[in-house]
Amino acid sequence: MRIGRETSRPSNESGRGLRIRAMPRERKPQARLLQGNEAIVEGALAAGCRFFAGYPITPASEISEILAYRLPQVGGTFIQMEDEIASLGAVIGASLAGAKAMTATSGPGFSLMQENLGFACVAEVPCVMVNVMRGGPSTGLPTNPSQGDVMQSRWGTHGDHPIIVLASSSVRDSFDITVKAFNFSERYRTPVIVLTDEVVAHTREKVFLPDPGEIEVVDRIKPTMPPEWYIPYEDNSRGVPPMGIFGDGYRYHVTGLVHDVRGFPTSRADEIEPFLNRLFRKISQHFHAIQLVERHLTEDAELLVIAYGSVARSAKRAVADARTQGIKAGLLQLITLWPFPRQHVEPLLRRVRLALVPEMNMGQISREVKRVNEGATRVSTLNRIDGHVITPRQIYQRLIKES
Amino acid sequence: MQEITKLVHKYLRHDKKFPHVWCPGCGNGIVLGALIRAIDRLGFSKDEVVLVSGIGCSGRLPVYVDFNTLHTTHGRALTFATGIKLAKPGLTVIVIMGDGDATAIGGNHFIHAARRNLDLTAIIINNSIYGMTGGQYSPTTPYGAKATTAPYRNIEHAFSIAELAVTAGAVFVGRGTVYHAGLLDQLIEKAIVKRGFGVVEVISHCHTQFGRRNEMGSPVAMMRWQKEHAVRIEQTATMSSKELKDKFSIGVLADRELPIYTDEYDLVRHAAKDKAHTELAKRTGQNAVDE
Repeated sequence: MRIGRETSRPSNESGRGLRIRAMPRERKPQARLLQGNEAIVEGALAAGCRFFAGYPITPASEISEILAYRLPQVGGTFIQMEDEIASLGAVIGASLAGAKAMTATSGPGFSLMQENLGFACVAEVPCVMVNVMRGGPSTGLPTNPSQGDVMQSRWGTHGDHPIIVLASSSVRDSFDITVKAFNFSERYRTPVIVLTDEVVAHTREKVFLPDPGEIEVVDRIKPTMPPEWYIPYEDNSRGVPPMGIFGDGYRYHVTGLVHDVRGFPTSRADEIEPFLNRLFRKISQHFHAIQLVERHLTEDAELLVIAYGSVARSAKRAVADARTQGIKAGLLQLITLWPFPRQHVEPLLRRVRLALVPEMNMGQISREVKRVNEGATRVSTLNRIDGHVITPRQIYQRLIKES
Repeated sequence: MQEITKLVHKYLRHDKKFPHVWCPGCGNGIVLGALIRAIDRLGFSKDEVVLVSGIGCSGRLPVYVDFNTLHTTHGRALTFATGIKLAKPGLTVIVIMGDGDATAIGGNHFIHAARRNLDLTAIIINNSIYGMTGGQYSPTTPYGAKATTAPYRNIEHAFSIAELAVTAGAVFVGRGTVYHAGLLDQLIEKAIVKRGFGVVEVISHCHTQFGRRNEMGSPVAMMRWQKEHAVRIEQTATMSSKELKDKFSIGVLADRELPIYTDEYDLVRHAAKDKAHTELAKRTGQNAVDE
C-alpha cells in the first residue's frame, strides 16, 4: 500500500531548505517475509534512524531486539534503558545532539513516557514513538490486540498540545508509516507517534520494500546564520524554527518550561501566548500535508466504513464482499489519527447514508466522527474489546444488516 | 576576587533575564562558580560543554551560563544526558541535580547511570530538602528533622548520596561542601577529567526551607555547621566512631578504573560489522553474536 496517495503533495513544496534525498533507480523488487515489528525497524533505518532507546515489553520487544542487532552495523546506537521514562529521555537527548531517534513500547510503557512526550512537544525535539497497542487498561492483555490508546496518544501528556499520530494496518504499511513518522517529526520538529497493534506487529507477510533511493527522507533544518544571530525559537512562515544541534556552535537553552524566543523561561503573557500559538500553528497550517487517508470505493459509496489499523484490513475485505452483494459500500482508512483528518471525513459524511466505525475499543475514533458529523448522517459503531481482532465477517454482517 | 568575578562573567548569559531565582545566601551560586572555574581551568570551549539539569532550584542553574544547556523533566536529567553522550561522545556532558531530583524521583536513573559507566559528570547539590516546592522532606532529610510534610519530625532515614554512588559503581566519587569552596573546585575538576561516571555530592544549605524550620540560623551559621561537621576523608581513618558521630567525610571517596560505555559500544559496532574476530569476543570469551 502506498500511503497518502491522494493527499500528499510533492515534498519540496512544503518547506524551503529542507534536505530531501530521492534518487529513483531501476531495481528488481525483492520479496521478503517480515512481521510488522520488523518492517518498522526497516522503515526506521531507511528514514535515517541512528539511535534507539527502549525497555522490553510485549508485543513491541522485537523492535528493540532487531535494532540491537542492526543499529551497530550502520554506526548507530542501541541502548536498553532502566525503564520507559529513561528511554524517551535518552531519545530526546540523542535528538538534541543531532541523531534521528526512536523508541518503541506498548500500553503500560506508553503511559510512563507521557511526561517526557510533553517535553518533546514543548522543546520541539523531533523523535518517533511506536506504541504497539495491546489490551488494557493496566497490564491488561499483553499478547492481544487493541486500539485502546487512541485517545491517550492524543491527550496522554498533560497540558494543551498538538501531536501527530499515525496508524499502521499492515506489514508494508508499517514500513511506509515509520518513514513518514520520521519525516514529519523532522519537518515539524515534533514527536510523532506510530500506533500499531499486536496483530499488525506479529503478522508475517510477504512484502516488497522500496529501494533506499526511492524513499523520500527529510532532515531537520539546521541554522545557517552566524551563531550570534541565531534566535532558537523565533517564528517564521513555516512556524518551525531551524534546530541548533548541541556541539555545533549554536549554544542555546532547552527547557520544558514555557519559554521566550531565546529559549529562556518566561511568565510574561505576551510571550506565552505567541509561543503556544506557534506550537499549534506549525501543525495546523500543514494539515493538508499531515492528514493522510486512503480511500477504497468511496466514490459512489452509500455505506461508509471508517477504520484504521488492522481493523482497516478487515473492513477492506468486508467492503469488497458487500460489493459482490450489490451493496454500495466503501472504506475510508485513516492513516493520520491526530490531527483528526476532518477535511477527508467531513465531505464523505455529507454524501453517505451511514458511517460505520469499527474499532477495538469502546469508541474512541467514533467520537471524533460524531463530532465532525454534526448530524449529517447516521454514525454507527462496532466495538470489540475481548482481545480479538474485528473480523471481515463482523463488518460484512453489519453492512448487510444496514443495507 | 575581582579576577574571579571577571572569570565568572565570561561565562554568564548577560541577555538572560537576571536576577536569578535563588534566595540570597543560597549555596547554588557557589557550586556554579566552582563549576565555571573548573571548566575554565580545563580549557574547554563553550561549544563543547553541555550542561543538563532536572527540576528544582538546582535545575535553574544551566539557564544562566553560556553553554549548550538543557533543563529536563524532574529526575530525568541523567537519561537525557545519556542520549546526548551516546549520540555525540565528543561532548563534555555535566549533569546538575538536587538531592530529591537525583535520589528520589531520579534514584533509579542515578544507580543505572553509575552502573553503566558512561563518561558523564553528575554534580548533586544536597541541601536536605525540597526547596523550590516549599520545604518537603527529601531522601536526604535527616531522621528527626522537621519539614512541611513532616510537621511532627521526619521518621525516614537519609541516603548517603556519595556512598550510594560508590556502591552503584561510579568510577569517581567526591563529596564537598559549599563552605569548602577550594576543595569543591578540585573535586568538580577531577570528576570532569575522569573518564567514566563521576559524581560530586555537594553538601549545601537551604536556610529558607530547611534551616528556618530546624533552627539552624542564617546561611552563615549553616555554612559554619558544614565547616564543623565535615572531616577530610584522610583523617577519618584515625578517628574513633565516637569522634565521627554526626560528622561526614569530604574528599575523594572513590577513584577507580572500569571500562567506559562508549568504548565498549565501539567494540559492539566492530563486532556487528565483523563477527568473526572481535575484541568483544576475546574479552567475553565467546562469540559476540551467536548465529
